[in-house]
Amino acid sequence: MEETKANTKKGAATDTDFDYSVIDEILTRHGAQERAIIAILQEAQERYRYLPAELFLYLSQKMKVSEARLYSVATFYENFSLEPKGKYVIKICDGTACHVRKSIPILERIRSDLGLSSEVVTTEDLGFTVETVSCLGACGLAPVITVNDKVYPTMTPGKANELIEMLKEELKGGNNANDNA
Amino acid sequence: MVNQKYMTVDGIPVLLEGEKNVLEVIRKAGIKLPTFCYHSELSIYGACRMCIIEDDKGKLDAACSAVPRAGMNIKTNTGRLRRYRKNILELLLSNHCRDCTTCQNNGSCKLQSLAERFGIDKVRFPNTADTPKLDESSPCITRDAGKCILCGDCVRMCSEIQNVGAIDFAYRGSNMTVSCAFDRPIAESNCVGCGQCAAVCPTGAIVVKSDIPAVWADIDDAGVKVTAQIAPAVRVAVGREFGLDGDGSRDFGKIVAAMRRMGFDEIFDTSTGADLTVLEEANELQARLEKGGVDMPMFTSCCPAWIQYCEKNYPELLEHVSTCKSPMQMFASVIKEQYKSSSRRHVHVAVMPCTAKKFEGARGEFTTDGVPDVDHVITTQELISMIRESGIVFSEIEAEAVDAPFFTATGAGVIFGVTGGVTEAVLRRLSGDKSPSALRAIAYQGVRGMEGVKETTVMLGDKEVRIAIVSGLGNAARLIEEIKNGEHFDFVEVMACPGGCVAGAGQPFALAEGRDKRGKELYAADSQSSIKRSEENPLVMSLYNGLLKGKVHDLLHMSYGGGHHTDKEG
Repeated sequence: MEETKANTKKGAATDTDFDYSVIDEILTRHGAQERAIIAILQEAQERYRYLPAELFLYLSQKMKVSEARLYSVATFYENFSLEPKGKYVIKICDGTACHVRKSIPILERIRSDLGLSSEVVTTEDLGFTVETVSCLGACGLAPVITVNDKVYPTMTPGKANELIEMLKEELKGGNNANDNA
Repeated sequence: MVNQKYMTVDGIPVLLEGEKNVLEVIRKAGIKLPTFCYHSELSIYGACRMCIIEDDKGKLDAACSAVPRAGMNIKTNTGRLRRYRKNILELLLSNHCRDCTTCQNNGSCKLQSLAERFGIDKVRFPNTADTPKLDESSPCITRDAGKCILCGDCVRMCSEIQNVGAIDFAYRGSNMTVSCAFDRPIAESNCVGCGQCAAVCPTGAIVVKSDIPAVWADIDDAGVKVTAQIAPAVRVAVGREFGLDGDGSRDFGKIVAAMRRMGFDEIFDTSTGADLTVLEEANELQARLEKGGVDMPMFTSCCPAWIQYCEKNYPELLEHVSTCKSPMQMFASVIKEQYKSSSRRHVHVAVMPCTAKKFEGARGEFTTDGVPDVDHVITTQELISMIRESGIVFSEIEAEAVDAPFFTATGAGVIFGVTGGVTEAVLRRLSGDKSPSALRAIAYQGVRGMEGVKETTVMLGDKEVRIAIVSGLGNAARLIEEIKNGEHFDFVEVMACPGGCVAGAGQPFALAEGRDKRGKELYAADSQSSIKRSEENPLVMSLYNGLLKGKVHDLLHMSYGGGHHTDKEG
């Protein structure tokens, strides 16, 4: 599974073999109504790790909401992604508390370890996505990062480097310790 | 008296009569409060803040979204409010294209006129307008995000009234734009070309695509014979733009005269084509009624935005859509056939109240040997621009008649331009009683009026025929849901624009009152016409015996549902 993803970036959408039954299940649970757009998109994103374009037409027909409206909601919220994300989504908190406790050097270290920047946030092989968030609500543990929602408190650039190396090994070995998708 | 409630606007007591918002009360008091994002027919957005008011405690509110209460005391014109309004305008202008002289909406732009009204003589902020971001993919409308002020009128029109939802806001904050899903070109979206977004756009961010240069080029070319047809609804929307406030129903001859002076070789009335449509559509309805069963109801096919809406959203209903071409396309086929051996190249121009007709004219199905039957479609507004450009003093020009050989049209053809008109014309044809009183009876059977949905039952012979007349695609969608849930109708007339073609997006913009007046003027034109029934049009009869002999199907019909004529597609 990982190999195919690594080879074809574009193929990510088809790799999740577009199981519309998953979406149908989400739709049934929330009701295919306009007011449930956010909840449905959130769950869809949890399933695919991003919002594939194919999803919009399907949801639009099922929910009787225009594609443009769905796109509007999906682009309004920072949390929704229209780009495929990596297997490990790393969020570095840059809220006030984390920032003053030096979150930026951690961000820079992680980016350089993975060859990423503020423009390129996902690795070629779709292994990692690195993004900043405004607050994770764990200021007491600052500086904080999360990997697929698992919290890593009081980080340093060194600890971040160790973590990245460990995750890279995991990715190679196909060990899914951190994959809660 | 005791129950009457008042509020105070700028010191004047104003009676509350169930107005939905303070803005309406203020306007009733005779104060023209400026707005960008308020349209009485759309939901309230409250974003532009131009209609801010101040209460007696100095609290500010947007009048459009404030609920009127008895005893309210508000001011609309204080130093503070004037300052704020100017500030808002300056901020809107700070990231707006300011090339007014080269903008298609020069002179009809709300931002421009409010800037003038509030005396904006300089903008203190650096201009951060994006370079023009044009979307010219649609044959009907052109979008330029650089001129958008994000009032959202287009978005709400498209989704609330038309139930299309081709465009919406995307992104947020300073990155916010109005766009199609995934920023696709509008032609690749579910847009049906009705153009109502352009009609409500207060700036030049969405405009009707102009075909004026192409028309002038053909007029100027001595080797080209240029014929034109003028749609029914056009006649009641031109005069007012030239300061005439009389009865628009009498302006048709002036339009003909102006166009002849501009250099059109021959000019005809689309109502003549509509007479053909009436006869064909009546025949088809009668045949379907006799056959009965699954093919009912029959939907009208005159409105190209409705056709696109049906194709994109209800392809399963296309079998129900009449195979009649629209009056414009029927007439174009006939005119092109008439002049097929002309020594000069023949170019046919249609003057329409409609933006979607531009799309219809360009459809592959409506070409003969690769040449479109209608070479150019221009809107009423474009015609008005051309008359202005020509320097013709419209108010003074003497009326002239249309050209031979297509010089007769009936009142039935004229009323095609208003919602319910097609139905009324078809009923006149099918009614067995040909007396004048029968005409009146048909008119009072619930087919007239500007309501978005009209339902009626008429007797044709011994058959009870259930009819629905809808205008506005949102109304059409709701009716279709009803039909799918088992409601029975035999005949459904659909016009995409609320009120019918008189309110088309190619017309000068009019509020409900103006649309109503245009509709009445079309009925007045019908009253003034000497022939009221399409089958009594002597020209039409001679066409059936001559030019159309053996060609009725080819020239007048097109199966959207994929029946007979699909081989012509592409």
